[in-house]
Amino acid sequence: MSNDNYENISDDADRIEEAVPDAPAHDTEIPVDTNDGGELAVERPTDEADEAYGRGEGVGEGQEVLGLSQGQIVWSRFIRHRGAIFGLITITCVLLLSLLSMGIGPIDGLWRVQEISSGDVINGGRPTLSLPGIGGSEFAIGLNPFGQDSLGRDYFAQVMKGVQTSLLVAAILGAVAITIGVTVGSLAGFYRGKVDMALMRFTDLIITLPVIVLGAVLGALVGRLPFRLGAGPELTAAIRDQMPVLLAVALGLVLWTGLARLVRSEFLTLREREFVDSARVAGASDWRIITKHMLPNAIGVIVVNGTLLMSAAVTLEAALSFVGFGIAEPKISLGRLISENQGAFSTRPWLFWWPGLFIILIALSINFIGDGLRDAFDPRTKKIPSARAMAKAEKQLAASRAEYQRSKEEAR
Amino acid sequence: MSQHNPEAARSVFTDAIKLSRDTGGPVEKGDVILDVKDLTVRFWVGQEWFTAVEDMTYQLKAGEVLAIVGESGSGKTQSSMSLLGLLPPTGRATGSADLKGTELVGMSIQELREVRGNEISVIFQEPMTALNPVYTVGFQIVETLRTHYLMNPSAAKERAVDLMRMVEIPDPEDSFNKFPHQLSGGQRQRIMIAQALACEPKLLIADEPTTALDVTVQAEILKLMRELRERVSAGIILITHDMGVVADMADRIIVMKDGKVVEHGTSQDIFKRPQHPYTQQLLASVPHLAEHVGDGELEGPPNTVIETEGRPVPLSAPRTSSEPALLMEDVAIVYPKQGRRPEFRAAEHINLRVEEGEVVGLVGESGSGKTTLGRAAVALLPVREGKMTVAGHDITKASMKELKPFRRTVGIVFQDPGSSLNPRLPVGESIGEPLLLHEGLKGAELSKKVEDLLDSVHLPRSMRNRYPHELSGGQRQRIGIARALALNPKLLIADEPTSALDVSVQARVLKLFKELQEEYGFACLFISHDLAVVEQVSSRIAVMHQGHLVEVGDTLDIVTRPQHAYTQRLLSAVPVPDPDEQRKRRELRDAIIEREHLVS
Repeated sequence: MSNDNYENISDDADRIEEAVPDAPAHDTEIPVDTNDGGELAVERPTDEADEAYGRGEGVGEGQEVLGLSQGQIVWSRFIRHRGAIFGLITITCVLLLSLLSMGIGPIDGLWRVQEISSGDVINGGRPTLSLPGIGGSEFAIGLNPFGQDSLGRDYFAQVMKGVQTSLLVAAILGAVAITIGVTVGSLAGFYRGKVDMALMRFTDLIITLPVIVLGAVLGALVGRLPFRLGAGPELTAAIRDQMPVLLAVALGLVLWTGLARLVRSEFLTLREREFVDSARVAGASDWRIITKHMLPNAIGVIVVNGTLLMSAAVTLEAALSFVGFGIAEPKISLGRLISENQGAFSTRPWLFWWPGLFIILIALSINFIGDGLRDAFDPRTKKIPSARAMAKAEKQLAASRAEYQRSKEEAR
Repeated sequence: MSQHNPEAARSVFTDAIKLSRDTGGPVEKGDVILDVKDLTVRFWVGQEWFTAVEDMTYQLKAGEVLAIVGESGSGKTQSSMSLLGLLPPTGRATGSADLKGTELVGMSIQELREVRGNEISVIFQEPMTALNPVYTVGFQIVETLRTHYLMNPSAAKERAVDLMRMVEIPDPEDSFNKFPHQLSGGQRQRIMIAQALACEPKLLIADEPTTALDVTVQAEILKLMRELRERVSAGIILITHDMGVVADMADRIIVMKDGKVVEHGTSQDIFKRPQHPYTQQLLASVPHLAEHVGDGELEGPPNTVIETEGRPVPLSAPRTSSEPALLMEDVAIVYPKQGRRPEFRAAEHINLRVEEGEVVGLVGESGSGKTTLGRAAVALLPVREGKMTVAGHDITKASMKELKPFRRTVGIVFQDPGSSLNPRLPVGESIGEPLLLHEGLKGAELSKKVEDLLDSVHLPRSMRNRYPHELSGGQRQRIGIARALALNPKLLIADEPTSALDVSVQARVLKLFKELQEEYGFACLFISHDLAVVEQVSSRIAVMHQGHLVEVGDTLDIVTRPQHAYTQRLLSAVPVPDPDEQRKRRELRDAIIEREHLVS
């Protein structure tokens, strides 16, 4: 998800370049100069005059960003962040594993168990996965790598389904919360005054809603409402089938508040920047100023908080399901797996490990990515060379000094 | 603590015992206190060493002012900060800097801490950020004193009040308990100076001490610093880009360019007989006040109108029959009340006429309301009272929709080229935006027009696809001008377009501006705090003070024969880059300061 946002930025740059296509070949004939001033090049007579101009400000720092677009700079900072890259790789692996093994929607995956059904419990349902070093002698997957639950159902299939649910909830919740939060925040920050007042008081109201209670009410509604309304069994099943989506949308509808406040404060700052004034003087409409000039500049705040919100969503879904308010039968979620098997903790601990491990992996990876993005978007972060690099550089400096001294003496 | 005889380290002023080391004992005027040899400062950038300062060598005597001048990026600040060990973690200094027998380069942090504030102190550029806002100014001076002297609080307070009296803070006992935000910019700078002098340092580094101040305040601070020079025996390193300030203060001058010392000599030598082309060009770029005034031109009564008691400057008579580009009639602009902050009348009773194709300069100090006026003229701020007409459009009460055709006729160039371009758009698109919005130009047509505009501001066409952060300040300001001119406006508002630029860049931007004005023939309201810059471009000047116009008249008359007392003060405060001329002006200026008893 975070990666998607990333690409949006570079997309933007591409689009801009399309609008202003490359110059025709006669470019070079125009007498111009590329240094700071811009006297006509032909007017600068000799090398002596060349000496009369300084190199200008920020030369040192400028070297690092020379010839890069904003998006490229952010990207290069992002890939320098080890935690973020680790998170990105982990989340991709988790997603691939779950999609390849269990498929998506009607498309079947590659794992032997596609329909989760009860069967014989083999060897007390112990995991058959063995890794060299961790209790095993050689690498083997076996029939039930993650073991079986008390009914003999394959636990690997269940966990992989649960991972899909968690990621789906995270993505939908993120999309809903970002859409509402950005809209409310940008309108409040841009128009200020009465609009700001109304929207922010509404936000305050939403903040007071307890999320757990809301999840519980929703769970109850999905369970009972179809009966009350006298809906047929098919409709009831359909609603239950869509439970994760409903839950994600409902949570998204209450969790946008933090983002809205952040976007608002970002807009209040951006509003004072002179390029917004100059766009207004150029005759740009409010819509254009918001979408073209201010939102791209607020993208850092949005992306960062969006990702953090999504990682919170994974744990929140697990927590809700654990207390029995979140995802209900027949859908599987990681929280529900833990909740259902809580009685087996002392006898079959693996029923705990696997969903727990995946919750941690997903939440941690998204958090790391968000962290990396925050650093990448912050223009104040500068690359501080590591102690080792500095030491090496100093050695190089000492060597060059020595050489310089020697050459000076030789010249004498 | 002190490895020296504690008796010898007693303060001359308070008899307190110095805790920190006292290098080399007391100094007499004329002693060499700082001996810098082959000082080189490098930064590790990307994958290589970037040389910020190269082989700098100089000596500084006690009681002497050495000015280090250069433009941004010349390494003038880093060369002095390296003496204090204040380089960023990626910076390395080599060479030697000898402060009365103590080697400063390569000193450990603990030793440096005893030197900082004690033997060497610094006056920073921006007093608001250099003073801690949560402590009283008195506390901050006392803190410095008690760090380096064995002193009880009441003695320290007494000494602090003395110091504040020395830098002419009005009512020092009362000001002792004030917080930085309760003092004016000039007073804050005085506190900084008092703090810097607290421990009787041997070396005082003043890093652009007056750059953030208005000219009249700057004049007072310079007067104070010159008086202090006589009283304390410190050597002063003055780092500045302002040749006028240098002419006012310096005994010797080092000119730096790209980290190298290009010229080193006495003030007279550098100003009268500059040798290096860079120095010559630097001096030529500095705008002089009234430099092109001939003798015969000052005949007849001065053609200026001034504000008198309760009567605002009247509207000047029309000079041509054509419609004026900008007409303000009794205009008032008010910032509405916000919460508990009462409403603020930023400008009142403004009568101003800018004829078609005429450049009118608007001069004033910060807070005088000149920028407010400029922003109101492009309808970024509403006009509360009076009537504002721009090229025939009455914009006083116009709605957003009615303003659309008006927007075609105006352009604005902002002060800070870093903030006025959208960092996420390539500059070509920024320039093309007005064209896209008003003329609906797209694709190749738009691209052609953008190229023409880039040509006219002498920038390469390929720059269109660059992002603002890749350009230098001067280039960005050219882009800003190109954008403002995109629709060929009748009126251009230039709000301090050159004050964020180095002098040589400023000179070239001003030259370009004059060329473009002739070519396009737009009328312009040129806002600046710098009279010398305004004089170069405008035919008439309006002087603004505390929200009122105080004098409006022909440029020549304003700069040579000002009638209003404030204009006279403003003019006398502008330092000129010529030591002899400056001495004359200084005497005149000091007389005015004395007369008015101004301490701001």
